[in-house]
Amino acid sequence: MSGRLESEPIARRDFLGLAGLWTTAIAIGGALLGMVRLPKPSVLPEASRRFRLGRPDEFPPGTSKVIAGQNVLVVSKPQGIAALSLVCTHLGCIVSKNEAGFSCPCHGSAFDGDGRIVAGPAPRGLRWLQVSAAVDGRLIVNAGNEVDPGTYYRV
Amino acid sequence: MSKSGIAIFAENLRALPRHLRESFVRHDRPVSARSRSQAVFSNLFLHIHATRTHLQSLRLTATFGLGIAATSCFIILLVTGVLLMVYYAPSTSLAYDSMKDIHFVVPSGRLVRNVHRWSAHLMVVVVILHMCRVFYTASYKTPREFNWLVGMGLFIVTLALSFTGYLLPWDQLAFWAITIGANIAGSPRELTDVLGITAYFDPGGFSKQLLLGANEVGQDALTRFYLLHVMVLPLAFAALIGVHFWRIRKDGGLGRPGIAQTAAGKGADTDPNLPTLPADAPTKTYGLMCVVAGKTAATDLEIDETVPSWPHLLRAELVVFMACVFLSVVLGIVADAPLKELANPNIPENPAKAPWYFLGLQEMVSYSAFMGGLIIPAIVVVGLGLIPYLDREDDPPGVYFSGRNGRAVALKSLLFGVTAAVLAVAVPVNFGWLRNWFPDISQLWVILVNPGSLLTAAYAAWSIRTLQKTRSTRLAAIALFTCFVAGFLITTYVGMNLRGPNWDFYWSQSDWPAH
Ligand code: HEM
Ligand code: FES
Repeated sequence: MSGRLESEPIARRDFLGLAGLWTTAIAIGGALLGMVRLPKPSVLPEASRRFRLGRPDEFPPGTSKVIAGQNVLVVSKPQGIAALSLVCTHLGCIVSKNEAGFSCPCHGSAFDGDGRIVAGPAPRGLRWLQVSAAVDGRLIVNAGNEVDPGTYYRV
Repeated sequence: MSKSGIAIFAENLRALPRHLRESFVRHDRPVSARSRSQAVFSNLFLHIHATRTHLQSLRLTATFGLGIAATSCFIILLVTGVLLMVYYAPSTSLAYDSMKDIHFVVPSGRLVRNVHRWSAHLMVVVVILHMCRVFYTASYKTPREFNWLVGMGLFIVTLALSFTGYLLPWDQLAFWAITIGANIAGSPRELTDVLGITAYFDPGGFSKQLLLGANEVGQDALTRFYLLHVMVLPLAFAALIGVHFWRIRKDGGLGRPGIAQTAAGKGADTDPNLPTLPADAPTKTYGLMCVVAGKTAATDLEIDETVPSWPHLLRAELVVFMACVFLSVVLGIVADAPLKELANPNIPENPAKAPWYFLGLQEMVSYSAFMGGLIIPAIVVVGLGLIPYLDREDDPPGVYFSGRNGRAVALKSLLFGVTAAVLAVAVPVNFGWLRNWFPDISQLWVILVNPGSLLTAAYAAWSIRTLQKTRSTRLAAIALFTCFVAGFLITTYVGMNLRGPNWDFYWSQSDWPAH
């Protein structure tokens, strides 16, 4: 037999030393690995992103209204009601409405009236949010749920 | 007759002041070179200095005192920071009010706050200049490669300290700068979204949540930033400074022209007068002999050119420290640290600007968050860190630009770097960029081909061209480093002075549209 064990015999003392060292290292490493999970929250501390809009007749076709404090724009058209997130898809500033559509104050991204990206660094268009109705008929927006652009809720 | 117990005690009592003094000051009066050396090595805080300092290291132009200036700023920041902590409350409902109290009510609170802010700015300036001086004097070369890396660590911790401190006032400036910063951490989503794999593999979302503890800047983010700013980062900084200084001593003091370049611990190899060791000599003994033969012999030869560190080095350090204190205090009296309105998550600042040293980055981010905010900075940091390992020429340390050729290359590179950076800003300002020309273009193109990535590529190409022409890695490194300094200066200037609302280009703030 000509294995490595034969050509480089390892002294018993070295072997025990190394075994002890590695056991300690693995134990401490494992404990640390378990602990670094701590800063990654498993439950996010955020409040529900669902909120009530009001009765559908408060939004006759043609209205377009920013919901204060929610950073959501509600547009009503003949084909239904939709909600657009005003949070810029670039780095999270709040876009403002203008004649052409929306523009972002932070790095100059611009979106058209349907939230499609027309200029600037934003990687994608504004998010369209889920609109639905509660049992009493009042409209509800779930800002945590994105839907395909162009989705209108038919009242 | 033997003394009474009381008499013995009275004698000790009388000798108390002397014994106290002798235990505090464990050396003779510091009037001779010998007693001063004794003072330096018998005191924990002084013994980070060698007892003697080389004359060349004391010349103003050798260091411009920049490393000590950075250390001084850190000390000022520690003292003023602890004072601010007395009143500051890290909670979203209290933070802003406690800042206002510090600014308007607390005795000398405003000055302490201003000094803290100003010396933070000063520290960033000084650290950048220090890095430039170390680079241009080739002081990163063997055996100082490792200390260059430690310096990079200090550089990153310095920026992280500034970034985390920025959130604490919880005003509009703080809130939006950190919102943008945290979303940059989340920007790998740009790429994973294009590839359609975000649902399975989301490093962007992971790092953003790690930083904020949530998806938006709120109480969890404030808690984390506070913890980092007052505990984790200062401790990391102090530890790194310790290693940095210790390495300077172990690397044989500051690099200076005229000393042999030897790798750490390999001194014995290069000295032909030493008896050669048999090949099978045990390595432990070998290492010990090297230390003795290498360092001690070298110091002995040079002893004539050194002066006692006390008073020469200590005096110089004191001057630098006092200059930093003076500058911070004067600026703190003249100009107040800003405090905008209370943070409002519904209305962004317009323009929302990061602190000045991140404005070059913000300019890059305004082309693509992922490329400009993560990839390019990563390239720069890794590139800087690898300099000493990729440039192995043995230019003597301590000579600016390593001589006339280097000066010429630096000058040419400065011109090139400035021109390229100006073009990178001017072309999109005047002609728009890909998305204005091809509205439906894929985001992948916007990430890959944008003014920021092209600028970086141009700088790399320029450096490679220099390498081809001169066949010198040191000159190529000078070319690249100078280009990046130029790019940093230009983009920072543009971000500071030429960008207005909506990040639009304005020649002057008086042209900004009124709201
Ligand atoms: C936060 C910051 C830093 C502090 C407090 C600091 C402190 C110092 C001090 C006091 C010195 C002695 C010489 C002098 O004053 O120039 C020094 C030398 C040195 N520093 Fe730093 N430094 C910092 C950051 C950096 C950075 C960012 C780098 C480079 C990436 C760096 C690399 C070095 C090297 C290689 C030396 C040895 C230079 C020589 O032998 O001439 N340091 N540092
Ligand atoms: S956050 Fe809207 S453009 Fe950057």
